[in-house]
Amino acid sequence: MWGWSSAPDPARDTGWINAPARKGFFTDGSVCIGCKACEVACKEWNGIPEDGLQLLGMSYDNTGGLGASTWRHVAFIEQPRRAVGSDGFTPLPMVTAAPDQNTHAGSAETGIRWLMSSDVCKHCTHAACLDVCPTGALLRTEFGTVVVQDDVCNGCGYCIPACPFGVIDRRDGPPGARNVGIAQKCTLCYDRLRDDMTPACAQACPTQSIQFGDLDELRIRAHDRVDSLHAAGVTDARLYLADPNDGIGGAGAFFLLLDEPEVYGLPPDPVVTTRDLPAMWRTAAIAGATLVAGAAAAFVWTRS
Amino acid sequence: MVPLATFTSYYGRPIVKASPWKSDIPAYLFLGGLAAASSLLAAGADLSNRPELRRVARIGALAGGAAGTVALVHDLGKPTRFLNMMRTAKPTSPMSIGTWILTTFMPLASLAGAAEIAALLPFRVPIAGRLLDLGARPAGLLAAAVAPGLASYTGVLLTDTATPGWHAAQRELPLIFVASAAAAAGGLGMAGVPVGEATPARRMAVGGAALALVMEQRMEGSMGLSAKTLHSGKAQRLFNASRALSIGGAVGTIVLGSRNRAAAAVCGAALFVGSACMRFAIFEAGQASARDPRYTVVPQRERLRS
Repeated sequence: MWGWSSAPDPARDTGWINAPARKGFFTDGSVCIGCKACEVACKEWNGIPEDGLQLLGMSYDNTGGLGASTWRHVAFIEQPRRAVGSDGFTPLPMVTAAPDQNTHAGSAETGIRWLMSSDVCKHCTHAACLDVCPTGALLRTEFGTVVVQDDVCNGCGYCIPACPFGVIDRRDGPPGARNVGIAQKCTLCYDRLRDDMTPACAQACPTQSIQFGDLDELRIRAHDRVDSLHAAGVTDARLYLADPNDGIGGAGAFFLLLDEPEVYGLPPDPVVTTRDLPAMWRTAAIAGATLVAGAAAAFVWTRS
Repeated sequence: MVPLATFTSYYGRPIVKASPWKSDIPAYLFLGGLAAASSLLAAGADLSNRPELRRVARIGALAGGAAGTVALVHDLGKPTRFLNMMRTAKPTSPMSIGTWILTTFMPLASLAGAAEIAALLPFRVPIAGRLLDLGARPAGLLAAAVAPGLASYTGVLLTDTATPGWHAAQRELPLIFVASAAAAAGGLGMAGVPVGEATPARRMAVGGAALALVMEQRMEGSMGLSAKTLHSGKAQRLFNASRALSIGGAVGTIVLGSRNRAAAAVCGAALFVGSACMRFAIFEAGQASARDPRYTVVPQRERLRS
């Protein structure tokens, strides 16, 4: 039930026979330009309704975060650049290559750097949303991804607080829109995958910041990318959720970040809540036994 | 370890999402607990020949369970799909397990409760009335057998989430919930039954309130940083009200509960409402802990540092 093997294979562990190689995303934040083409392509392909056209007044990001009707979200962080080397902060090499353009991201003149990265459902190896779903609406596909069956979900909402990343949410509008009242999130374009096509966001990404493919291959590619960034002096570069031994057993969608995860709105050390569930059930058993003992004691040595 | 003074976040926006649950869910946490502990009280009253206590407790179990079930269905995004809960049984989902526990409990508690209501009618119900009389005791005892699961699983329902305030309370919450259930059911029995027959209800109420108060103290230690959410805003008001009502109700019960019917009823009501306030307080504290990224980031950072 909570099999914690070092080389987990979620599709086969779920019972898929002849499952294809596990598919995933490698989102490389070092080449994201914040264009939001992924957000648009995702909405278009998946027929997701509009969910607010407000200005958030915090940065060039007016989407805010992932939700029932936002399955790709581009984070945009503007931060003062600290001295190279302190706190592991380093400017990107492309910045120093164009010192005369003071409009350029992270130029020496502005003392500012921009971080951008496209967030998405992580398609966890150990997926809390899937574990806690009481109807079986959330399922593990043959590609190792996690998908909501729209016609099964009854909108209980349990998956929402269970997700350690705050990805999945219940669609609450607009009235008349598809799937209002039920849980919604990225499907890793399950429909496209079954026709051997690339997910819409990766297809639309102009810089190959979003790379789609077999997870094993993506991990190798990502480690090579980090090595080359480190060699180029970008010592901030780090992989996030690429380790199969982390608290979620590694993600199907993992990231290359240039700062701590929380800077991008990601939890620094996520753990699937159901990892502790056996202990929780034991506590509940003790509690139940306590209640029975207490009720019995209430009747002992009394006259009726 | 010294807690981190500062933390980083994405423009202060939440990381985990708060549950979409409205007051239906904390109301159910209370009503389900009330129903469960009432059915245990009813079973004891039945076996020890206390007909008045048995009647009040069985009707409490029926009413609490029925109202709780309505609240649960009402909270669904698609209430018409409630029966989809019955497609599967998953030990990894406390909600699935809980649904099956409630589905087992409700017909049994309803039968026992219906027998008591039928007995109150000014006329005899033919045939069905006789069947109710025959079935009430086995149904009531079976309901009591399921009750410990019903009273305790709701603790796991909350702690099996990424909501910082709930998950961190995993060692205490099921115990707090069964204790709070006992306080509510005992309080109901005190309010509805003459003092001479209500001794077990008083004991259950005082014992439950005391255990809940002790475990709440321990829970605050386990919760670490997220314990702060119990001491601000809506959760604070509910938590303080819960503690005042529980302490006042328990002390009043010890002093006056066996002597004065009116005082017993007031104390019982205080314990009943105090139990409800506690469920809402813990619910609101968890919601607040999910809305502020501090409670997600800081404990995880400290875990990584250690």
